[in-house]
Amino acid sequence: MKISREDVVRVAELAYLDLSEAELEMYRTQIDEILEYIGKLNELDTSKVEPMAQVLADEQTVDATLREDVERLCGTASEILKQAPDPEPPYFRVPKVIER
Amino acid sequence: MPEKWTIDGVREAIAAKKVSARELAGEFYKRIESRNAELNAYLALSPERAYAQADQIDALASSGKPLPPLAGVPIAVKDVISTRGVRTTCGSKILENYIPPYDATAVERLEAAGAVILGKTNCDEFAMGSSNENSAYGVVRNPEATDRVPGGSSGGSAAAVAAELAVASLGTDTGGSIRQPGSFCGIPAMMGSYGRVSRYGLIAFASSLDRIGPFATNVKDVAAILQVIAGRDANDSTSTTAVVPNYRAEIDNPVKGLRLGIPKEYFGAGMDGEVRKKIEAGIAIFQKLGCELVDIQMPHTDYAIATYYVIATAEASSNLARYDGVRYGLRVDDPSLLGMYRKTRGLGFGPEVKRRIVLGTYVLSAGYYDAYYLKGQKVRALIARDFRDAFTKVDAIVTPTSPVPAFKLGERTNDPLQMYLADIYTVTGSLAGVPGISVPCGKVCGRLPVGLQVFGPAFGEARVLQLAHAFEQAGGATV
Repeated sequence: MKISREDVVRVAELAYLDLSEAELEMYRTQIDEILEYIGKLNELDTSKVEPMAQVLADEQTVDATLREDVERLCGTASEILKQAPDPEPPYFRVPKVIER
Repeated sequence: MPEKWTIDGVREAIAAKKVSARELAGEFYKRIESRNAELNAYLALSPERAYAQADQIDALASSGKPLPPLAGVPIAVKDVISTRGVRTTCGSKILENYIPPYDATAVERLEAAGAVILGKTNCDEFAMGSSNENSAYGVVRNPEATDRVPGGSSGGSAAAVAAELAVASLGTDTGGSIRQPGSFCGIPAMMGSYGRVSRYGLIAFASSLDRIGPFATNVKDVAAILQVIAGRDANDSTSTTAVVPNYRAEIDNPVKGLRLGIPKEYFGAGMDGEVRKKIEAGIAIFQKLGCELVDIQMPHTDYAIATYYVIATAEASSNLARYDGVRYGLRVDDPSLLGMYRKTRGLGFGPEVKRRIVLGTYVLSAGYYDAYYLKGQKVRALIARDFRDAFTKVDAIVTPTSPVPAFKLGERTNDPLQMYLADIYTVTGSLAGVPGISVPCGKVCGRLPVGLQVFGPAFGEARVLQLAHAFEQAGGATV
C-alpha cells in the first residue's frame, strides 16, 4: 500500500479540502492504484538528469530581463468586488481570523 | 444559406453582401437552439456581444472597406477561457456565477480580427478529464455518435464545430484536451508550441502545460485562427517573442521529400485494431505524397502518463488554491475562516478535481516531493530529449491521436487510471512543449472518427499545418 487513510486526511488538511468518509476511502483506493502505476518512474535512472520545470529556453522569453515598473490604471476594482461573495467595498470580508 | 461555412466563405459572403454578419450569427443561434438541448455543447450564449460585433462588421462591409481575416466568423470559446461580461464557469460549481471583468488575450485578438463570439462551451471541470463527463453541467454528446463521449476536456468546443454550431472554436490542451476531442469528433484540432499563444485569461490548470488552440472544420481554418491568436503578449511572460510565420502562405508548400518519423512506441498494446488499420492507411497517404517514412524510437514514451499525472496534478493543486471563497465564486459559510475554506472547496469542487488536488498535494508534500515531483520533472526532461533527438533525424512525427475511438458515455467513469491511460499518445507532446495537430483519418465501425496526430519541433507549426493540410487534401478524412 502506497498511501494510507491518515495520509489522505493529512493531505486534505494541507489542501483545505473537506472530504466525507466515503470520499476519503474512495480517494485512498484510487490514488493508491495511481501511485502504484506512477512507481514505474523508478525503473529509470535519473541520477544524471536535470529536472525540467518548464520547456522554454531563456532566450525564447523576455522573462529573463526585468521590465520597467510602469504604473498602469486598470480601473476594474469595483467590477472585481462585484464578483466577491461578501464584499464591503473597498474590501473583501472574511470570517473572523483572530480571536481576542 | 449553405450548411457548411468556412472562414473564407463567411468573409467573402459578407463582402459580397450575400449575407450579413448579423444574419449569420442569427442562423447559428437558431442551429444552437435546435441542437444544444441534445448535445449540451454550449453552457452560455452571448448574443448581445455577438450582435454588437456583427453590426460593426456589417457597417465595415457597407463602407466597402477591406474586412479583417475573421470578419463575421461565428466562434465558440471553451469555458475555461475568460470572456468579459460573459459567465465563465470552467465547468465547475465553484465558479457557477463568475463573470470575468476582462477578456483573455486570445479572445481579444479573435474579436479584433472580426470574429463573432457566440458563447461558451462545455468542458470537463477545470479542463480535467478525457471525456467531458467531469463537467458539473452535464455530459456533452458526440455529434457523430450521440451514445458516445465527444472526448475531453474540450468536448463542447469539438462538438460545437463538428455539429456546425460554430465555424471554429477555441479549446485548451494540457495533456491532449484539444487533440483527443478533435479526433473523437472528426475535425482538425491543434495545439501550438508551448509559448506560442498567450495564456493570459486562461483559467489555470497546469501552467507549464496549458495551451490555447483552435478547432475548425478544415486545416486552413485552423491555420487562420492560430495566425490571429499566436504571438507575444506582454501579459503572459511565457508567451515567446519568436516570430509568427504566415501559416496560410506556407500551407500549400509541397510535402514531398519531408522525413516523417514513425515511433514504434505509439503502436503498442492497448491500441484498437481498427484504429491501427486506419492510421496505417493514413501513413500510406503520406508515402504517396512523397514523404519519406523513418522508423524512430522514443524510448521514454511509456513513462509519459505517469510523469504527466505527477506534474499536472502538482501544478493543479497549487493553481486551484485560489478558490477560497473570498474574492470570487462560491462561498459556503462557516464561523471560522479555515472552516469556510474547507467547506467551500469540499462542496464547490467535483470528484475528479478533488482527486487531482489530493494527488497533487501528496506528490508535493514533505517526504514525497523528491520521490514523485522531482522524479517527474527529471523524466519530463528525458521525454523532451526523445523529441529533440527525433527531430535531428526527421521533420515531423506521425502517430495516432488516441488508441481508441470515442467510447460510450459512462463506460470509463468508474476507473480513473483507465481514463488517464486514454491520453497515452497525446501527453508526450504536452510534456515536451512541441506543437501537435489531430486530423481526421477515416472512421471505424462506419461512424466513429479516427484522428491522426502530427507533431513538429518547437515552433514548427507551419510544417505541422502543411502536412495536415496535404493529408486532408489527399483524402485523409475518408481513408
